[in-house]
Amino acid sequence: MSPARLLPLLALAALGLFLAANLGRPQQATIRSAMVGKPVPAFALPGLGDRPGLASTDLGGGEGPVLVNFFASWCLPCRVEAPQLKALADAGIPIHGIALRDSPEDIRAFLARHGDPFRRIGLDRDGQAAIAFGSSGVPETFLVDGRGVIRLQHQGEIRPEQVAEILREARRWR
Amino acid sequence: MAVRVALLALLLAAAAPAPPPVDPALGRTPLADPAAEAQAMRLMHELRCLTCQNQSIADSNAEQAEAMRALVRSRIAAGESPEAVRADLIARYGDWVSFRPPARPDTLALWAVPALALLVGGLVVRRLFR
Repeated sequence: MSPARLLPLLALAALGLFLAANLGRPQQATIRSAMVGKPVPAFALPGLGDRPGLASTDLGGGEGPVLVNFFASWCLPCRVEAPQLKALADAGIPIHGIALRDSPEDIRAFLARHGDPFRRIGLDRDGQAAIAFGSSGVPETFLVDGRGVIRLQHQGEIRPEQVAEILREARRWR
Repeated sequence: MAVRVALLALLLAAAAPAPPPVDPALGRTPLADPAAEAQAMRLMHELRCLTCQNQSIADSNAEQAEAMRALVRSRIAAGESPEAVRADLIARYGDWVSFRPPARPDTLALWAVPALALLVGGLVVRRLFR
């Protein structure tokens, strides 16, 4: 058989191998928000009891960059992340929280147990603020600059070794 | 002066339209109007769930899919076109969120390969049966 006649067979075999390798593997891609680089979406969330809530108009009012942290009391990595949020708040970066699909009692218990680094907390009861941000889960943290533009999305918990980098980014967008 | 302030407020409101309120119950209940529900359903079958990937938000039980269904139904009930709602979700999550890929220069290969494969296949068949 001439090499030229073998070519379709080889192409078919390559395709077969490609499909066998990829079809059996469940695809679980990390979906980045397409809102990075755009102004924060319009939203207004109620607060926790008599604490002020969080609205898009609270962000980008000329003060320096802030972090907006999506969290939930039912989210295990959010507990892991708590000390890192405290470190960032201690370093002088205001952090606002958005509690996703959570009850006020559970949020209070979570804050009492794991610390409360938040200036403002908005209650996103039905998850519409998360969709507006292009967020796909908790925990997730957005850096919003002084002009109200989203500059960074951090998906998953902030690990101790990532605190310095987030501080650097926050200073960059001052 | 008051008129000017009012005009300015109107202009600002037009520049940043507040999204219509979303009724969370619409994540679980269909719209009363069957034509609007059919429109919403067609779109929800073409939107991808973020948490249970490769399922449409119409098929998924995930809470975020429910929130997205509530958004789709609320917007369509408010008179928005399905394509406007799709475009808005793409603006938040990228092309990934839609099962219908856009036709753009950077997606040319995606659209051209099936046509090319058909052409090559046709040529091979013609040679075989001549």
